[in-house]
Amino acid sequence: MGKTKTRKRPVETPKEIEGVVIRFAGDSGDGMQLTGTQFSSTSAIAGNDISTLPDFPAEIRAPAGSLPGVSAFQLNFSSVDIMTPGDEPDLLVAMNPAALMTNLPDLQPAGRVIINTDAFTAGNLKKAGYTENPLNDGTLGNYQVIELPITSLNAQALESVDLPKKQVSRSKNFWALGLLYWLFDRSLEPTLRWLEGKFAGNPILIEANSTALLAGHAYAEASEIFASSFKVREAAIEPGTYRKIAGNEAIAVGCVAASILAKRPLVYSSYPITPASEILHYLSHYRHMDIRTVQAEDEIAAMGIVIGASFAGKLAVTGTSGPGLALKAEAINLAVMTELPCVIINIQRAGPSTGLPTKTEQSDLLQALYGRNGESPVAVIAPATPAEGFDCAIEAFRIAVRHMIPVMLLSDGYLANGSEPWRLPDVSCLEPIEVRHPSSDDAEEFLPYARDEKTLARPWGIPGTAGLEHRIGGLEKDVLTGNVNYEPKNHQRMTDLRQEKLDRIADFYDPTEVDGEPEGELLVIGWGGTFGAIRTAARRARKEGLSVSHVHLRHLHPLPKDLGDIIGRFKKVLIPELNMGQLSIVLRARYLVDAVGLNKVEGQPFKVREVHAKMDEMLRSK
Amino acid sequence: MSTRPIPTPALTKKDFVSDQEVRWCPGCGDYAILSQVQKVVPALGIPKEKFVFVSGIGCSSRFPYYMNAYGFHTIHGRAPTIATGIKIANPELSVWVVTGDGDALSIGGNHLIHALRRNMDIKILLFNNRIYGLTKGQYSPTSELGKRTKSTPMGSVDYPLHPLSIALASEATFVARAIDTETKHLAEVIERAARHKGSAFIEIFQNCNIFNDKAFDNFKARDVRANRIVRLEHEKQIRFGADGEKGFRINHCELEVVDVNDGIPESELIVHDEHSRAFVAYMLARMDYPDFPVAIGVLRDVTKPTYEALLDDQVMEARKMRKPDTLQALLESGETWKVG
Ligand code: SF4
Repeated sequence: MGKTKTRKRPVETPKEIEGVVIRFAGDSGDGMQLTGTQFSSTSAIAGNDISTLPDFPAEIRAPAGSLPGVSAFQLNFSSVDIMTPGDEPDLLVAMNPAALMTNLPDLQPAGRVIINTDAFTAGNLKKAGYTENPLNDGTLGNYQVIELPITSLNAQALESVDLPKKQVSRSKNFWALGLLYWLFDRSLEPTLRWLEGKFAGNPILIEANSTALLAGHAYAEASEIFASSFKVREAAIEPGTYRKIAGNEAIAVGCVAASILAKRPLVYSSYPITPASEILHYLSHYRHMDIRTVQAEDEIAAMGIVIGASFAGKLAVTGTSGPGLALKAEAINLAVMTELPCVIINIQRAGPSTGLPTKTEQSDLLQALYGRNGESPVAVIAPATPAEGFDCAIEAFRIAVRHMIPVMLLSDGYLANGSEPWRLPDVSCLEPIEVRHPSSDDAEEFLPYARDEKTLARPWGIPGTAGLEHRIGGLEKDVLTGNVNYEPKNHQRMTDLRQEKLDRIADFYDPTEVDGEPEGELLVIGWGGTFGAIRTAARRARKEGLSVSHVHLRHLHPLPKDLGDIIGRFKKVLIPELNMGQLSIVLRARYLVDAVGLNKVEGQPFKVREVHAKMDEMLRSK
Repeated sequence: MSTRPIPTPALTKKDFVSDQEVRWCPGCGDYAILSQVQKVVPALGIPKEKFVFVSGIGCSSRFPYYMNAYGFHTIHGRAPTIATGIKIANPELSVWVVTGDGDALSIGGNHLIHALRRNMDIKILLFNNRIYGLTKGQYSPTSELGKRTKSTPMGSVDYPLHPLSIALASEATFVARAIDTETKHLAEVIERAARHKGSAFIEIFQNCNIFNDKAFDNFKARDVRANRIVRLEHEKQIRFGADGEKGFRINHCELEVVDVNDGIPESELIVHDEHSRAFVAYMLARMDYPDFPVAIGVLRDVTKPTYEALLDDQVMEARKMRKPDTLQALLESGETWKVG
């Protein structure tokens, strides 16, 4: 099939649609993440709003064709403002039976599915757990099915390319991408350009993948397998310069920006851990900016190195995920006690223990707030979207050095890997980060634990400054000299001071933004990566006439001072979280509010539908 | 460009004595070590403000409070990590780690190994008293097998480890041993370590007169030490005994103690070579009484680039190849497009 149909079709105008959710699914070795990323970039450059959800296994190479080896990438691209990667895909590309098995249940009713029939061998069907071939037994009866022997069509197209068969097969994802580019009227240019850069110095691979891309595109054009193509117009997004960015990258760029804004070199020390390692990779390319990355021997050492670097006057930051944060707890407390500025980035993943390393969760909130011995206040902030990682990284450093306190930046696997178009901020609007070290001239009156009147921050006196020689450590400090002090009253005083210093961070917040009416029936409070799902659901509910407002907290410790008043203006409070109710515990205790939780730990983000249903339920059950 | 050193007033021991009351038990070996460090560091020609003393937890780790310098009393076992961070942040500082056998070899073993193998230019003084003092007397990773303590009433069933073997195996570039009561020798070794560029590790036998008194007396006591301690000196024959009559041969890959009075020609005795990376240093490090005399002095002194220097080199090289990005360039470092 397919081979003879090479004539050009009469030109048809593509059908306009508002937006589409596509999911690419295949074996880990099928290059689905790459395919998805390319489609996302091309769509972003075409002016769509996009939101992505990569979903891949923890194993580097799970057995080929197996269910655990399925890797998927979901992309929502639209001509209107979108905030989530979409609930259910409209179109599924299934490169093998295992991908079909695991992803078909998510497909929209009557959705479209493109299948690589070449992969539907008896062996692969068995590995996927199919006893009957789903292509023949009616499994796909309710969907629009497009069956294509993608592997062989790609091989035909690449006949003239001098590559071993196995290598040829590896470019079949580009064939599929080309097919979809035709279907959604996308330009091939950005991907062709990308291939040239990616495989510079390896012309044969550029040729193979480009040929595959063009062939897939030509096939769609010539073969009439699709009745028509579709067009998703540019979204009416704010004018500006844009860049597609994922959460980890945004945080890393934010760290470099903080170093520029503070005019201070930065030390990043961490131990490799999923899903935070990319930050280390990214920053390791910034040596020319005096950014020193140090891969430590373990999580604890990474935190120790950060504390040492901070003591010596550098911007210092570590990155980790839940299990690593647990290991760092004791050292973080040393930074609390010695009141040294530092940033701890925690990319949350599903726990407890090793849990599900590549799946998202928000279950480290209580660990971040309270998971250390003693009374241990640290600041905690969380980005709401991938791009917001940039702002949060800068803010984390700003708080850390202004208040001389460790700051925890809580992101998660969903934000880390998901991407969106990021409108680049106007650099003139990025305020410098003010860093002050007392000098030898201040030696006379220097007291290591004297405090700034406004913030209660202690002075950041650093080694190498003559006359400021002093000792700090983990033992309780005297309220002024910082010498060891075991007196009961002094400990109470220092405990109070550390807490008040944290509380005063809230003096610097902007007023909390309420999306929707400032008062009403239902207030939904969220934090972190659930932003898109909650905001979309709340807006949908308001359109339906329901009284729903949304507050999304960036500042989790200390909480904004106006939050109590805002909560008081609503009859009901809903707190959706990807954990079993951690922010709920905090807000219930703090504000004595009978908040209702919507909780899920399935390693997947909320669907808009799930949050909307809960709002609906709460407002209809009076 | 000429760089003239800025003259600084000569420092003395007194400059390094802090105003904090020393709180070790009277008679503790820590006093002698503190005193020798305070004596050595003023003579190094390093301004006072460049010294940073970092410690973990344990009796020895109180050390930084008593040094009038920058000090950081950190958490159990982690001092090498904090020292590493300080040195990376500011390679001009003279960074010292003061630790004990429990702190460095039990809870902090991993960090010790990695600080040494990176060849961080930090000086690690390990006060080995073969006991946990601060927690009031449990056996430590260097306590001898069968040690009866509060936590091991029937005797410990852990084999001890040799701090020097670990330091050598971790590729430390300077490895030495000293004894708290041999103060002159101790000062010499500390000074050598201080002047070494790279990771320097000194095991100091330190008497805990409260929980493990006289732990080293069977070889270091005045009346026996001539025969039970051997001082290593570079490029000199390794000799001991009242008249230096004894020395070593290597026999079937083992050290053999020999006596020149037994007709062994002097030319057969081994000569100490601090710069050697061969296994002899391991054998000397592992000698223990009663089978052998105990070696003190510098076992290894070799040079290779330090971690922080290699890192600095990369920064310099990267800067040569690429100018620092402006904030604008940083933001635009991905693929960008314009809207509107
Ligand atoms: S317990 Fe032992 S080591 Fe500790 S201070 Fe007292 S004598 Fe020294």
